[in-house]
Amino acid sequence: MISLETFKKISSYEWEIPASFRKAMQAPVRVFATRRLLKASLNDLSLEQAINAACLPGLAGAVIVMPDMHQGYGFPIGGVAATRLPDGVISPGAIGYDINCGVRLLASVIELEEAEPFLEDLVGALDRNCPSGVGVKGAWNLTGAELDQVCLQGARWALKKGMASEEDLRRSEESGCLDGADPTRISSRAKERGRDQLGTLGAGNHFLEIDVVTQVFDLAAAQAMGLHEGCLTLQIHCGSRGLGHQVCTDYVQNFQSAVRRFAFHIPDRELVCAPLNSEEGQAYLGAMRAAANFAFTNRQILAHQARKAFDEVLAGKVHNPFLSQVYDVAHNMAKFETHIINGEQVKVCVHRKGATRAFGPRSPGLPSEYQEIGQPVLVPGSMGTSSWVLVGTQESMLRSYGSTCHGAGRVLSRSQAKKDVRGDKLRDRLESQGIHVRAGSLAGLAEEAPEAYKDVDQVVETVCGAGIAPKWLSSGRWR
Amino acid sequence: MIEISGSSGFEEVDHTADWAIRVWADRLDELFKAAAGGMYSLLDVQVDPQVRSSADFCLTGIDPETFLVGFLSELLYRLESNRAAFDRIDLQFKAAFLEAHVEGAQVISQNKEIKAVTYHNLKIRQVNGTYETTIVFDV
Repeated sequence: MISLETFKKISSYEWEIPASFRKAMQAPVRVFATRRLLKASLNDLSLEQAINAACLPGLAGAVIVMPDMHQGYGFPIGGVAATRLPDGVISPGAIGYDINCGVRLLASVIELEEAEPFLEDLVGALDRNCPSGVGVKGAWNLTGAELDQVCLQGARWALKKGMASEEDLRRSEESGCLDGADPTRISSRAKERGRDQLGTLGAGNHFLEIDVVTQVFDLAAAQAMGLHEGCLTLQIHCGSRGLGHQVCTDYVQNFQSAVRRFAFHIPDRELVCAPLNSEEGQAYLGAMRAAANFAFTNRQILAHQARKAFDEVLAGKVHNPFLSQVYDVAHNMAKFETHIINGEQVKVCVHRKGATRAFGPRSPGLPSEYQEIGQPVLVPGSMGTSSWVLVGTQESMLRSYGSTCHGAGRVLSRSQAKKDVRGDKLRDRLESQGIHVRAGSLAGLAEEAPEAYKDVDQVVETVCGAGIAPKWLSSGRWR
Repeated sequence: MIEISGSSGFEEVDHTADWAIRVWADRLDELFKAAAGGMYSLLDVQVDPQVRSSADFCLTGIDPETFLVGFLSELLYRLESNRAAFDRIDLQFKAAFLEAHVEGAQVISQNKEIKAVTYHNLKIRQVNGTYETTIVFDV
């Protein structure tokens, strides 16, 4: 039984469950939270799931949990684990079904006042250009060979098709393409599901929204990102669609027997895993990277379609309707990275599930304009609340494997949210705040009500207090 | 939409982010049917009863839990790819295989989406002659 007494306090924002808490634990669990958020987290299974994750074989250090944590399935949402190379494990369930679910932020010089008369039209154009909801299909129906190229090239495929710029790619995690992708490791079923889904948002908590920058804390950093107070931005949150879901489904199923062969004792079957240097581990790595590249391409095409919507509605009405890329970052992915763990520089496989990469200044792979400020970290809030742009720090490199939070984090179940909130009332409430909403269904809207989420400002205050990401600016919401 | 026996059933269980159902039945095949019924209910699937279809498939597995996840995943795949939902399900368990004959109808609407069927804390138990389990779906 976990209680507040279970934790060793490291600071006001950091707590530890020692590895001695449970016999099977291979490493401690480190939680970034205020006492209040920590206490609230005891209401669901998120910390039990973190303890289960700490039982994975081959961990290189502590399992980290972010303040937006909530109960998932197997691995907690908001969790980060690093496993040793080459004999540590990779666990598909510790990455999740929506491989490379992530966020992209685009900036503009469009002032709210000049765009306000056209916002409703703009929301309608975005709704038409960026299909969302259950079972939607995109404008593309890829051949098998084309899909393989998407999985190999990621966002660069979109560049070749005229749907991206070099700047878009430069300002994306891994330039929008993971090396080592192997489409031959993806099942025909996964490919079939993905071939007509490029350029679609999907359902659930995925969204596309227009925001306005309301507060800037560091002018130079904001300028480097192209963000200006009072101007519009666009956020996209989605992932690898049915292709990624099927890849994870296939490998979690395959690993059920593999884990027996490796004689791993896993506390939850959703955490099944295989050594990174095994045939099974290598196969999943190749497939996961291919699915991640599909997701990078998907967000790139959505950005292209959103730019077209801005052009359609705002050209000739505002002085410059262009949307420039701020950054694109994943929050469900595993990557090989080098980190300092227990004083030693170690190459590890970092699993992030509902946690954002947050690399500090002068980290490899950052574009020149972000070398001095650190990697932009995109933290969407719930509807009608703030979203945040943070940056990675040296502290995040040392204390959280270069990771930080990814959003507000749920507190209410979907059924409870629907009991507490009526979709039509919520829509009216948001409209009265000047927030235009388009949703697949009113019930779906109610499930995503602000009341269903933690206060994102508290989450951000926590990661800033802990030093694993200082805040740069917030943005209000239009959706 | 699936006809399940009187001693079978499902109910939604609270989960912070995803969906979970508790399922029970007096036979293993009935448990699987009740699970399918629960999943279709969560998805809010409506069908055109006039447009019927059927399918046969065979799944491999190592225990009842792998069969259950494989079976529900198969139904999810056929829902997305063929727009088919099944109301008659005949299952034959054969050691390392599960053979299924399913009959159903074309889906005309579906309000919700499930990304995947998970193994989170999945354990099929038999208590006093009743099979029971809780399934968590990623949404």
